[in-house]
Amino acid sequence: MSRAAADIDPVVGRPALVAGEPGFHGVTEAVARPVEWKPPAGWYVAFAISLGMLGMLGVSVAWLFWEGVGIWGNNLPVAWGWPIVNFVFWVGIGHAGTLISAVLFLFRQKWRTSINRAAEAMTLFAVACALTFPTIHTGRPWLDYWMLPVPNQMSMWPQFRSPLMWDVFAVSIYGLVSLLFWYVGLIPDLATMRDRAKTRVRQVAYGLFALGWRGSQRHWWHYEKAYLLLAGLATPLVLSVHSVVSFDFAVSQLPGWHTTIFPPYFVAGAIFSGLAMVITLMVVCRVAFGLTHIITLLHFDRMAKLILLTGTIVGYAYGIEFFIAWFSGNPFEQFAFLNRALGPYAWAYWIMVSCNVISPQVFWLKRARTSIPVLFVVSILVNVGMWFERFVIVVTSLHRDFMPSSWGYFSPTFWDVATLVGSFGLFFTLFCLFVRFLPMVAMSEVKGVLPEAKSHGLPPDQTPEKPERAPAPRPGFAPEPEPTS
Amino acid sequence: MKLPKLPAPPWKRAAAPAPDTLLLAEYAGPDGLLAAADRVRRAGWADWDAHSPFPVHGMERAMGLAPSRVPWYVLVLGLGGAAGGMLLQWWVSAEAYPLVVSGKPYFSWPAFVPIMFECGVLGGALGAVAGFLAESRLPRHHHPLFDSARFERASDDRFFLSLGAAGREEGDRALRLLEETGPARIERLGPDGVAEVPAGTAGRRPPAARETDEPPARRDVPPEDAP
Repeated sequence: MSRAAADIDPVVGRPALVAGEPGFHGVTEAVARPVEWKPPAGWYVAFAISLGMLGMLGVSVAWLFWEGVGIWGNNLPVAWGWPIVNFVFWVGIGHAGTLISAVLFLFRQKWRTSINRAAEAMTLFAVACALTFPTIHTGRPWLDYWMLPVPNQMSMWPQFRSPLMWDVFAVSIYGLVSLLFWYVGLIPDLATMRDRAKTRVRQVAYGLFALGWRGSQRHWWHYEKAYLLLAGLATPLVLSVHSVVSFDFAVSQLPGWHTTIFPPYFVAGAIFSGLAMVITLMVVCRVAFGLTHIITLLHFDRMAKLILLTGTIVGYAYGIEFFIAWFSGNPFEQFAFLNRALGPYAWAYWIMVSCNVISPQVFWLKRARTSIPVLFVVSILVNVGMWFERFVIVVTSLHRDFMPSSWGYFSPTFWDVATLVGSFGLFFTLFCLFVRFLPMVAMSEVKGVLPEAKSHGLPPDQTPEKPERAPAPRPGFAPEPEPTS
Repeated sequence: MKLPKLPAPPWKRAAAPAPDTLLLAEYAGPDGLLAAADRVRRAGWADWDAHSPFPVHGMERAMGLAPSRVPWYVLVLGLGGAAGGMLLQWWVSAEAYPLVVSGKPYFSWPAFVPIMFECGVLGGALGAVAGFLAESRLPRHHHPLFDSARFERASDDRFFLSLGAAGREEGDRALRLLEETGPARIERLGPDGVAEVPAGTAGRRPPAARETDEPPARRDVPPEDAP
């Protein structure tokens, strides 16, 4: 770990979360600069490449709507091919933002403040990519209202006992709640951008969304309560969303899908892949936008520990699936899993295992957790591995079902690949716009964890009486008694 | 029969004379703000607020803020969302479009729990945001405080206390109260515009005495702005 990241916070006696003691104004300057100045040349390159990939998505989707799903490799027995693989992959990535924002907030992990904004934005964009696939996967998007409980000319209504319906609600509500959470967190920072704006356009644009925020303590009081409650609501939500996604598979009767371990296994995998994506993006952004003192090696060290934890849970799930297949005595289950590891898709299975289970084990070493090249490579490997996990689950379970006469082998077509690449284009385009136009670090939260932000309490001559209307301190959370000397 | 006259609803009640002057005191750090807020609360001032770039902990005690009502919005809308979700599924599955699926009853409620839960979370989240905005009276894009150029730093690195006062006499009392708290700077925002109040206007302490109130050697104060 670098010397700067090992600074000790003089108030709490723990490693400082922000290196180099920038002060309140220094944090504002560092975070606002990329938004207010011309972006580095690399931004234009990244944006151009992303737009090009987004164009591929446009062309693929247009061709899909014109021609139909026949342009894809999906066919019996693998009727659920790449669109579902990509959907689950993107929803999974979309889980880390809420984990970092909500779960770590509830656990009072203050290091989240440097990365939560970017992780939440990443969540939103990943959910947007994920929602693309159910929207287009029939090739007939004008029939999407069939999924919604709206009165229609057919006098038909959705079937709420199906996990696919649960999915419609879970993912769309997750997207909406993530947006609210992200926006509420943005309001104070939008006010900062408004107050610093040099042009009328910027002032109005940021001012409109800042809602007239003026940093009032009376507002902060409600704001903090609302933020805490949003975190409390988002935490069970994030656990439920990927559980519901796993029900799409687990509730069916297919060997390889019909497993009770799926909900926790999917949730752990989702957080695993999302953290990897956060690392991939942050490794680049912190250097490109000069935020190395705010997003320090300490943050990567802790994210790497979470990757190690969730990656090991995923590895455990891979193992227990095999154990249960053997222990159940069900020959179809046993075949499904032997076929996974040794059958025609064994290459995909072993890519998955080596990327997801073996590669994160380097994070047992502190030197690996704080080495930017190692972090970057492992985070990419984890993303590849997690995409293959979904591919293995979907395709290997379907391609050889109960009747050998109906076995087949799925291969993607050009348009399958183009749609996947295009969805990355959508993701990176949105992320490029985000870092260009919005503060990518939650300034108000980072200022709140600086050592100078911690109030030393009232001077002794001013504290004797207790405020009449103040809320009674809860047991265990009472403020430190004033020194009597 | 003549009905007894009910008290006017809060939005029609004649309020205390509307404040025409805002006094804005600026502090360099959270400690100065906290001590000043404690003083203003104990003086019993009615119309005042504190402003800071991040929530200063302990301010709710120093300002004597009542517990936030935001949780009630969340509870009501969250339960409403959950009930609405279950009601929708009951009506669709048992009333509008009854269909036997895998031999289950029309109202097979255990299968409806996931969507009920998601709808409850949606209601609660909307309640949290709506409660926060309603309780804070936001959005409000215009506010007299925005007339002050210094106040732009309330979202950056400075800490402010604002006291509303009606009339000259109350304005002087507010000024005296603020000067006792030892701010780095005081501004008067009134009908005549924004003007800095020079030190010592209402028996303000000399700067040397004020500095002892501030915590020593803060890095958040750029040297050129130090009082």
